[in-house]
Amino acid sequence: MASPTPEELKNPARERSLFSTRAWVAAGFVLVLLGILAGRAAYLQIHKYQHFATRSQDNRVRVVAVPPPRGLIYDRNGLPLAVNLPSYRLEVTPSEVGRRLDAAGWDALLDRIGRWIEITEADRRRFHAERGRKRPFQPITLRFNLSDEEVARFAVHQYAFPGVQVVARPGRYYPRGGAAVHSVGYVGRISEKELKSLEDPENYSGSSHIGKTGVERHYESWLHGRVGLQHVEINAQGRALRILDEEPPEPGVDLLLSLDMGLQAVAEQALGDHTGAVVAIDPHTGDVLALVSKPTYDPNPFVNGIGAKAYRALLTDPDRPLFNRALTGRYPPGSTIKPFMGLAGLELGVTTPEKTLWAGPYYKLPNSERKYRDWKRGGHGRVNLHKSIVQSCDVYFYDLAYRMGIDRIHGFLSRFGFGQRLGIDATGESPGLLPSRTWKKGRHGVAWFPGDTVNVGIGQGFLLATPLQLASATATIAMRGKRFRPRLVRAVRRPGASRFEPLPPQALPPVVLRNPAWWDVVIEAMKDVTRKRNGTAWRIGRDAPYAIAAKTGTAQVFGLKEGQKYDAKKLHRKLHDHALFIAFAPADDPQIAVAVVVEHGGHGGSAAGPVARAVMDYHILGRAPEPRAPEEGDGRSLVVRR
Amino acid sequence: MKGSFEQSLQHGVENRLLRVARLDWPLFAAVLILAGLGLVVLYSASGGDLGVVQKQGIRLLIGLALLLGIAQVPADRLALWSPWIYALGLVLLVWVEAAGVIGKGAQRWLDLGVIRFQPSEIMKLAVPMMLAWYFSDRPLPPRWVDLLAAGVMVAVPAGLIAAQPDLGTAVLVGAAGLFVIFFAGIGWRLIGGLVALALAAAPVLWHFMHDYQRRRVLTLLNPESDPMGAGYHIIQSEIAIGSGGLYGKGWTNGTQSQLDFLPERSTDFIFAVFSEEFGFLGVLGLLALYAFIILRGLYIAANAQDTYARLLAGSLSLSFFVYCFVNMGMVSGILPVVGVPLPLISYGGTSMVTLMTAFGMLMSIHSHRRLLAR
Repeated sequence: MASPTPEELKNPARERSLFSTRAWVAAGFVLVLLGILAGRAAYLQIHKYQHFATRSQDNRVRVVAVPPPRGLIYDRNGLPLAVNLPSYRLEVTPSEVGRRLDAAGWDALLDRIGRWIEITEADRRRFHAERGRKRPFQPITLRFNLSDEEVARFAVHQYAFPGVQVVARPGRYYPRGGAAVHSVGYVGRISEKELKSLEDPENYSGSSHIGKTGVERHYESWLHGRVGLQHVEINAQGRALRILDEEPPEPGVDLLLSLDMGLQAVAEQALGDHTGAVVAIDPHTGDVLALVSKPTYDPNPFVNGIGAKAYRALLTDPDRPLFNRALTGRYPPGSTIKPFMGLAGLELGVTTPEKTLWAGPYYKLPNSERKYRDWKRGGHGRVNLHKSIVQSCDVYFYDLAYRMGIDRIHGFLSRFGFGQRLGIDATGESPGLLPSRTWKKGRHGVAWFPGDTVNVGIGQGFLLATPLQLASATATIAMRGKRFRPRLVRAVRRPGASRFEPLPPQALPPVVLRNPAWWDVVIEAMKDVTRKRNGTAWRIGRDAPYAIAAKTGTAQVFGLKEGQKYDAKKLHRKLHDHALFIAFAPADDPQIAVAVVVEHGGHGGSAAGPVARAVMDYHILGRAPEPRAPEEGDGRSLVVRR
Repeated sequence: MKGSFEQSLQHGVENRLLRVARLDWPLFAAVLILAGLGLVVLYSASGGDLGVVQKQGIRLLIGLALLLGIAQVPADRLALWSPWIYALGLVLLVWVEAAGVIGKGAQRWLDLGVIRFQPSEIMKLAVPMMLAWYFSDRPLPPRWVDLLAAGVMVAVPAGLIAAQPDLGTAVLVGAAGLFVIFFAGIGWRLIGGLVALALAAAPVLWHFMHDYQRRRVLTLLNPESDPMGAGYHIIQSEIAIGSGGLYGKGWTNGTQSQLDFLPERSTDFIFAVFSEEFGFLGVLGLLALYAFIILRGLYIAANAQDTYARLLAGSLSLSFFVYCFVNMGMVSGILPVVGVPLPLISYGGTSMVTLMTAFGMLMSIHSHRRLLAR
């Protein structure tokens, strides 16, 4: 057994003394280095105290958030719709005011400021809310949109208000006023609730406004951009001395809309004194060329908070200007639903183009005495599908709808986008209402009656559609089933880029028919609506240099009792029927599909048709139609429909 | 007579309590005072946010429970576990390298679904444990072979951590290992040689450093060269410390910190908040408290009964010192900026867990001494 050498043996006593020495050395080492730290502290805090105390007093470097310039919005021809203009604000920086103030102290200061610049109760409340949220060196905007006079008045007294300054910052301005407000929308000040739901609050640290409605809201994340940071040296009075370093903000994306403001103006003008809506779509892309909801309102007062009085005036206006008729308005489509019903009948095999029917003055369900009247008192005589669309025969479609049944109607119409949101890139879109058995049971707790189906057949009853849905469905007929998601933004310009890059159109699931020839059956009928002398819109297409496929519609607002006669002269205007009109043109090479609703306009052909014609003329011919004197002997326009 | 009896009875009760809790009361008291002070400073640094203080208070309680638990584990058992903990740590490090989650731009975090943690944190304890275990049944001062083996045991994890890249932690882990070797009795001449070698290797290290690491070193030499970039932290923190003066601006009255000039003021730069508000006298008190804890640790090490306990206690104490020194040195501008929190004061849970585990080990080493005549 080989014994290890003495060095290889463990020697506890020697190890302990060895460690002891090392521990003493370590302790000394520790004390020396801690002494160095103490020395460093003494050097900074005693020797250089004056130097650092001064620097801490006077030299303040702040990281200031720089809001990015919001992306601009143009119409399809480059006409500016939303821009940023410098506007003056009054900002308060609490840490620069001098001493720490309590709520009463702040109110006293606001009172003093109020002697030179008007400060409302709402301004006060917002100030206090922001004061609780922000760090003391972050400026709080007390007033937006100062007038030149206010700026001048405050400048004279600036010396008395350290930490209170007038600053110029870009503010949102809509140069066209209300012309496109129902699609562009507007921005407004960020509310506390919006602040809490922001995905990236850091990015909004310098921002005061956010998109509230329309494109401004839908594209908020693109339009806003990325916040920048500025390192600013500030003196004790809160004045910025110099910018030391800057990480510039990244501006928002500019948007090119599909709207044509010229077309928009033509449509609005053509509506005249009536309230109503016009939606025009490019069937090949889903581009919304015009989106009019009349009356409109000026979005500019909303940007910095509209006064309570002005807001109440808008809210209580009987014409409801804030209501977006084009996207949110739900109207009975009336007879404009007939081409779709006709397609449904063909596709479902319930009717054929050849099949005829004797159309008397009314329709009766089997085993029922209830009379469903035709608008034409004498009836249309023997009709087929073509003639029923051209003359807008009600009895034919009562019968067709009854034989199809509501379930199959629901299934077919939903393929055109009725009863659902199409997903337009703005806010406020309504899904309309495409009724079904389950819907009625759930909503009204009552079973579906065959009579309900009969009414749906002529676009009345429970069926409701938005002007956008009507325009989009019309575009679908024009494209023989091809569908696109309606869109307001067709191209974007990213920061730094010199040109707009177009966005690809978004296709929706197409409507495919068993026999594509059925498209032609319905389109031919729609062409004859404006082409044939007995078409319901003969006057609209009479002198047009291009072919128009169209359908008129009249939506009942006021229910007449059986046997009662509709007499426009005796009814209050608010109870007059809505006039509807859908059309696309040129019929064989569609460039535009239009839906027009003229509220309380009476008959679709005479009230809504000219609006659609004006829109199509402007788009296709590049000019508005000549105003014409109404002609005598033009029976169509005088026909009053039930 | 009676009085002295009662006194001795009381003494006995306390002793039993101590023995049951397995605590070293002077060390425990100092840790409690320091942690309590930490919460007070944190209240100010967070701008009066009680939620933050409460969160840290809960972490402190968890840490103290951990400390008490570890203190019950006899040092012999710690020794037995050491190689396994070390091996586990190595595996996790390699795993992080392979499939780590990208966190803070570097691969450091391991996501176990429930918790995310840094395996490098384990190594701060596992490396000294491993080396103490390795030397515990070998003759000391160590032979060349053992030194070489120990060097590899330190270099491998340190290298892996440096590759993450987390140079700061790599240096701390390396230091913890080197302290064991130092206490094991490596020759002074060799120490001198290694120091010389390290100095000579500095340019090589410089070559391998990332840009941001170089910038930190350059910034240290002249913070004013880049006042808004890398120098911003240092300048603002020096202003905070210096403007504190002798007596400080008073608790919650530090303008540098309250007005948001100090970056990371609840975490890595909390020492600047403390210095601004409590002044030079406060700093001296804090340094004294740290010195007491470190020296008490060395005292425990010197009185430990076996080699493992001695080496581990010595290394843990010096590591604690290094954390203090690196953080305060960085905040006061004599060391480059590395992400090391101020022990027991900075806001954060990871460092709390590591520190309390280490203190638990020190307590265990001190309280599990067998009653033997020395």
